[in-house]
Amino acid sequence: MSDHVIEPGGVVCDPVIELDQVVRDHGSPPVRAVDHVSLSVGRGEFVAIVGPSGSGKSTLLNIIGTLDRPTGGRTIIDGHDVGAMSDAALSALRAYRIGFVFQRFHLADGVSAVGNVADGLLYTGTPRAERLRRAVASLTRVGLAHRLGHRPHQLSGGERQRVAIARATVSDPALLLADEPTGNLDQRSGAGLMDLLHELNAAGTTIVMITHDVALARQAPRRITIRDGRVVGDDRGAPA
Amino acid sequence: MRRDDNGNAGTGRGGVRRSRLLRADVYRLGVSGLRSRPARVVLSALGIAIGIAAMIAVVGISTSSRARLDDQLASLGTNLLTVQQGTSITGQDTTLPAGSTGKIGLIHGVSAAGAVATLPDVKVYRSRLIDPNRSGGIVVQAAGLRLLGLLDGTLRRGTWLTTATANYPTVVLGAIAADRLGIVTPGSQVWLGGARFTVIGILDALPLAPEMDTSALIGEATAAGRFDWDGKPTTIYERSADADVETVRGLLPRTVNPEDPGNVSVSRPSDALAAKNAADLAFTGLSVGLGSVALLVGGIGVANTMVISVLERRREIGLRRALGATRGHIRTQFLAEALLLSALGGLAGAVLGFGVIAAFAGTNGWPISVPPVVFAGGIGVTVLIGAVAGLYPAIRASRTSPVAALDG
Repeated sequence: MSDHVIEPGGVVCDPVIELDQVVRDHGSPPVRAVDHVSLSVGRGEFVAIVGPSGSGKSTLLNIIGTLDRPTGGRTIIDGHDVGAMSDAALSALRAYRIGFVFQRFHLADGVSAVGNVADGLLYTGTPRAERLRRAVASLTRVGLAHRLGHRPHQLSGGERQRVAIARATVSDPALLLADEPTGNLDQRSGAGLMDLLHELNAAGTTIVMITHDVALARQAPRRITIRDGRVVGDDRGAPA
Repeated sequence: MRRDDNGNAGTGRGGVRRSRLLRADVYRLGVSGLRSRPARVVLSALGIAIGIAAMIAVVGISTSSRARLDDQLASLGTNLLTVQQGTSITGQDTTLPAGSTGKIGLIHGVSAAGAVATLPDVKVYRSRLIDPNRSGGIVVQAAGLRLLGLLDGTLRRGTWLTTATANYPTVVLGAIAADRLGIVTPGSQVWLGGARFTVIGILDALPLAPEMDTSALIGEATAAGRFDWDGKPTTIYERSADADVETVRGLLPRTVNPEDPGNVSVSRPSDALAAKNAADLAFTGLSVGLGSVALLVGGIGVANTMVISVLERRREIGLRRALGATRGHIRTQFLAEALLLSALGGLAGAVLGFGVIAAFAGTNGWPISVPPVVFAGGIGVTVLIGAVAGLYPAIRASRTSPVAALDG
């Protein structure tokens, strides 16, 4: 059975993420990366998924982000049962409702900050002028209004990750997924980034962040601990 | 808009719509994908360019040469016939009966006729000191006064034979004969049949009667007086109205030699020119074959470039999938890149090919004639190659797992 923990009295209303007995096996013979995980994340929450390397947290994030399909169980994201959806429908979900931030930023090298952010709307069929307008707004929101025309190599690590966050949020997604967003940053930039995530959360964005840094996770209002593909802890204590 | 395969995306909260990629953005993606690897793009487009250039150049050169031939035939006329006596069983008597020229002139439809008679025992040399064996392949012929007009010939220098000069030791040289004898100006003297003859004129090349180019032409009266010519012509040239050519052709052998019409050969020099061109076209076929091999290799180059590009850009593909691209969008993007790549090569090839045609036609003095359909065909072939070469890499790209982006 799962290690599914529901906080006392904490029935999650209006969930953005609902996982029920989700299993994900890799390769053959199968290695179980995610083992009967059930959890629920409500709209407006800020969740940190914590666990050591290889604990299955990245796989879990990929499933939540609909980039990977589970081997078993039910996954409902933003009200859609992912298991029954076509590639086109999942892509649409990602284009409009999910934003991704990666540890290595994944920005296009030869493209300006505003161009990179505008690409966050590329697959929504938004005309270019409108994309650029919204990209400027998004970059302003993350505090990079003065870096619009800079190329990624002209930006610091912290700034690059802010560009990535601006790209992930330019389409006003229901869910922001961040995979070790501070993993490639120094401590000061990392702290600044956490502040930014808090601001976005305060403005209403649901955030799920992966980290193996327990200190960082402690700043999140809710912390889900994963070990060997199982949920072993779900704390909603006040941030330390 | 609510439309998807499972009816799922359109039904949920927040009204999820479809992933959409604007057509202008497909083009932009293709261009930026190529611009990020300029050296590789140039090299793989080069293969296509060379193939297209080769094909366009070959086709264009042959059409230009065809155009030149048409021009030439139009100006020379296709209504010239030549009449010769076929060789007899013993190989003797290669002359036509005396008076044949006059008889041909009486055939209905014939507008002009003129003759030459080869004087086989008479040779021409630059001077009397030249070794008699080195006659340079120049044939001495007795020519009628009307021959020049009949063949549409023109003189490079000097004058043609006249009633007066035909009686004296004067000679008009064909273009090649003059070169071989080293005669540049009229007034020079040559050693012809054991006497000094004065060169009074040098002919331009005669495409319809190339045998004239290696001839030294003297007056009929001189030939009869000095070399005992018996008045029998070896070749008669005849012109008629275009419509009458076939009729006249049928009448000629019987008119000339009623006793043995089967031994008279009639030919149409314009046919020989056309046949030469047909031989050139066979060569064109071979070149087109080579060009298409180059094109095929170019196409493989594009496919290769695209496959490598897909392998290198797994992360970008994953990122795009995370940003909401469907498999179709990824496929479209890579296909657009392949099409742009080969279109670039095709365009460069078309320009290059046209340059080759222009240079070739220019140096040969031909008209430049390339049917637009050749360019349209070239670009069509290019697009086809791009599509075929890009399809497999594009499908491969679209099957890349989106998780690739998150793989560190």
